[in-house]
Parts: sequence; C-alpha cells; structure tokens
Amino acid sequence: MISLPIYLDNNATTPMDPRVLDAMMPYFTTKFGNSASRNHAFGWVAEEAVDYARGQIAQLIGANEKEIIFTSGATESDNLAIKGVFEMYHDKGNHIITCVTEHKAVLDACKHLERLGAKVTYLPVQSNGLIDLKQLEAAMTDKTILVSIMYGNNEIGVVQPIKEIAAIAHKYGALFMTDATQAVGKIQVDVNTDGIDLMAFSGHKMYGPKGVGALYVRRKNPRVKVTAQIDGGGHERGMRSGTLNVPGIVGLGKAAELCRLEMEQDAKRLSALRDRLESSLLEMEESYLNGSKEHRLPHTANISFKYVEGEGLMMAMRDLAVSSGSACTSASLEPSYVLKCLGLSDDLAHSSIRFGLGRFTTDEEVDFAIKQTKEAVNHLRELSPLWEMFKDGIDLDKVKWVEH
Amino acid sequence: MAYSDKVIDHYTHPRNVGTLNKDNNNVGTGLVGAPECGDVMRLQIQVDENHIITDAKFKTFGCGSAIASSSLATEWLKGKTIDDAMAIDNMDIVEELALPPVKIHCSVLAEDAIKAAINDYRVKNGMQALESESHH
Repeated sequence: MISLPIYLDNNATTPMDPRVLDAMMPYFTTKFGNSASRNHAFGWVAEEAVDYARGQIAQLIGANEKEIIFTSGATESDNLAIKGVFEMYHDKGNHIITCVTEHKAVLDACKHLERLGAKVTYLPVQSNGLIDLKQLEAAMTDKTILVSIMYGNNEIGVVQPIKEIAAIAHKYGALFMTDATQAVGKIQVDVNTDGIDLMAFSGHKMYGPKGVGALYVRRKNPRVKVTAQIDGGGHERGMRSGTLNVPGIVGLGKAAELCRLEMEQDAKRLSALRDRLESSLLEMEESYLNGSKEHRLPHTANISFKYVEGEGLMMAMRDLAVSSGSACTSASLEPSYVLKCLGLSDDLAHSSIRFGLGRFTTDEEVDFAIKQTKEAVNHLRELSPLWEMFKDGIDLDKVKWVEH
Repeated sequence: MAYSDKVIDHYTHPRNVGTLNKDNNNVGTGLVGAPECGDVMRLQIQVDENHIITDAKFKTFGCGSAIASSSLATEWLKGKTIDDAMAIDNMDIVEELALPPVKIHCSVLAEDAIKAAINDYRVKNGMQALESESHH
C-alpha cells in the first residue's frame, strides 16, 4: 500500500530524516544551553554539540570545521557571501559575475549591490542550461572580485562545470562562490578539489531541519573574509552574530553525516528511479526533457508536455506533489525564468513539470507517478484545442492569437 | 491555493468538451488567448433559425479555473438566444465558480470566447459584429 499524495517535490524541501529529529530532540529540552555561555555546564554541552556538528558538516564537503559559518539557511548564506565579499573587497574591484539561472537569493543580492556601485555580469546559459566557459573567461576583468555560479540548478537539476569555473575565477584573481543548496548531500562536493572559496547550503534540502544553513568560507589559500551583514555579539568568527540555533545545527550536522554515509547509494538508486520515470514519460508524444541529460543531479527531472498547461496538469495529477514552471497563479503570468533562459518558448515553459525524487521515494511511488502523469496528460490533451490543432497539422506558430 | 468545489467539479467532469464543424454556417467559433500566455480557449456554438443556441462545445488549454470557466460557459449558453448570450458577464462566472482575484482573467477569457463565437456566427450570417466593452 502506498499512501497518497506522493511527495515528488524534494527540490523544494525534503522531509526530515527521523534519525535527524532524534539527534535534535534533547537540544530543545534538557540540553537547551546557549553555546556562547562559557561559564557553566549548560553552555559547554551546547558548545560541544555545535562543534561536533561543525565537524560532521566539514567532513561532508572536505572542509576544515573552522570554515563553517552557521546561518538561517541558504538565502542568508548567499546574501552574506555576495554582499560580504563586495563590502570586504570593494577596494580591489567592483565587478561580480553570475548567471541568469541562479536562485533569486543570488540574483537579488547582486541587484542590490548594483545600486551600491557594483557592476554585475549575468552570463547567459546554453540550451542545456550550462554556462559557456569561454564567455565566462571573456567576461573576467582586473576589477572582477567574485564569480558566483550555482552548483546544481533547483528547477532543472543541471550541474555546472564547477572545477573549470573556479579555475577561471582564480586565474584572474577573483574569488569563487557557489550556491550548492541542491548539490550538497546529493552528489560529491569537495571544496578543495572543486576550488570553492565560498559555498552556501541549507539543512532542509538534505533531510535536515528548516531554518538552518551554512556558509563555507575558505581559511587558507586564500584566506577569505566577508563583512558581517548581521551585527551583534560577534559569533561565528565575527561573520554572523546571533545566538546559535543549537538544535537546528545539531540537526544539520546529523543530516550531513547521514548524507556522507548514504549519498552514494541514494544517488545510485534515485538516478535509476528517475531514469525510469523520465524514459516512461518521454515515450509520450511531444514531451521534452529540459536541461542537460548528462550533467545533472541524480534525482531531478524537468519535462515539458507540449499542448497542456502545467498548472492545469498538476490539478489532474491530484495524488502527486510536484511543481510547474507555469505561473498562472502569479499576477504576471510569467512562466519560469530559468526555462526561458534555456531558450524555451513560453508555451513549453508553461507546460513543464518538475519531478524531484528523494531518499524516501519508493519504486511503487514512481510507478504510480508514471501512470497518473500519463493519464493526466492524455486527459488534458483531449481538452486542449492546441493538441487538436497540432493533430490536424496546423502550424501553431502561424496562428494569429488574440492575446489578452 | 485551494480550488472551489465547483471548479473541481467542472475540471474533473468537464461538460461539452468537443468540436463542432467550424465550416458550417450555423456554427460560430471563438478562439481566444495565446499559448505563450498559458491559456487558449476555443468555444463553439450551434445556432438554430430563431437565433437560439442549441449546442455548445469547448476545448481549453489552461489551468483548472480556465477549463472550469469555459465548461460553465457552454452550460449557460445552451438554450439562450445569441442576444441573451451576449449579455453574459465575466463576473457572473467569477461568482458562480468562486474564483479568487488571481483567476479573474480566466473568466474574462471565457467571456471573450463567448462574444467571439457569437460574432463569428453573426458575420457568417450577414449580421454585424457587436462591439463589446473591453475588460483589458
């Protein structure tokens, strides 16, 4: 028996692993101390737990534990990294390079800095979602202080050539930062082999709790500093003040440890499941995979079902929790900017569904999802005037539409 | 955002899905919206010699509310004269389906589709197309 609805939106958030909750529980109640309390046992116990978690997280990403700065999540980490680097290094230059398919936390932090005098280059992506390394190199100047390119994309799962990007950034004396929210705990990420100087990630995308995340800040070769964006008691080596979220941090640590131990098996199992889901759905006429098939996260598939609209489709996939690049609910009616950046036409972007598998996704659930998705697409195509016109051989690009 | 029961009912059991022969003189066809906007409605009416709508069919590419709006429109059209049908207002659809503000455009599209279908029929049969007040 499978229980409905089925959760296939693990790129939005993951359920917390029960083992993570078990680790956290005592730190809400009996071990409630403030890790900054230096003069009694309650504080020591909390501090010890935080240090232990720092080690667990550092081990997952190949870092030193002193390089982990705890935050409230990846959005805060992105902001701290980008704004903090700009403020710290603006004497060296004011140029930042990022990419059009980044998360809004990165794009909007960059936009904020543009108002403060930063010059930002937003690199385009190719139709497979990857940036062009030649374009990156051509954009580098002696004023470039930071290159910020995400590890794995949240909508299409595409994994950028991180090592190569880092090498180009370093060749021109810039720092390399990556939003690795979707990648850490899912695929092998190593800050040293990858050449990462700053890296943002979050607990709730890796089976840990919401409201806690981290920023990796390199301490050696080079020693990186960021100007604090939240002032106060000088926690986290002065880079992020505020009483530490001890239970959250313990949870993030435990989640990181579980990912380190189980990620490889999980990835193998999930990519096989994802491939099954994907190939079954792509058997349908006029369905298209969005983003690179080769360079991507193991658990994500983003597929457009032409001639049906995503939101209507999700309504027919009533037992599946997925997400769509269509945005019929927003006032703007603008479809996903990420899909548009790949060069997808608006109608294909409106027809997209993102499937995000996770640690707790089962074979039976995927089989059910395949069946219900196919039924839903067929049902809506029966209702779709566009499908009928396509079947009648009418070229939809030549129809004069009455836009509203 | 949760859908109203009526939207879910029309979405799950859409009324009058189908196609009438657009080349027939007694059939009016309205095709409104655009694929890049995320919704396209095609609404068709069949009209008798007394200008009474005897049949109505639709097909819609769009969200649940767009599908429900057009399904409801076909129900309302049947049995009405084309003049009475011209008076259907998008806010009647909003009210009947309890559409939230972000979905009002779906009802506007349905009203536009009704008017386009009636005008197509009128022009085919030697009558003047009627101007409609614009919502946009």
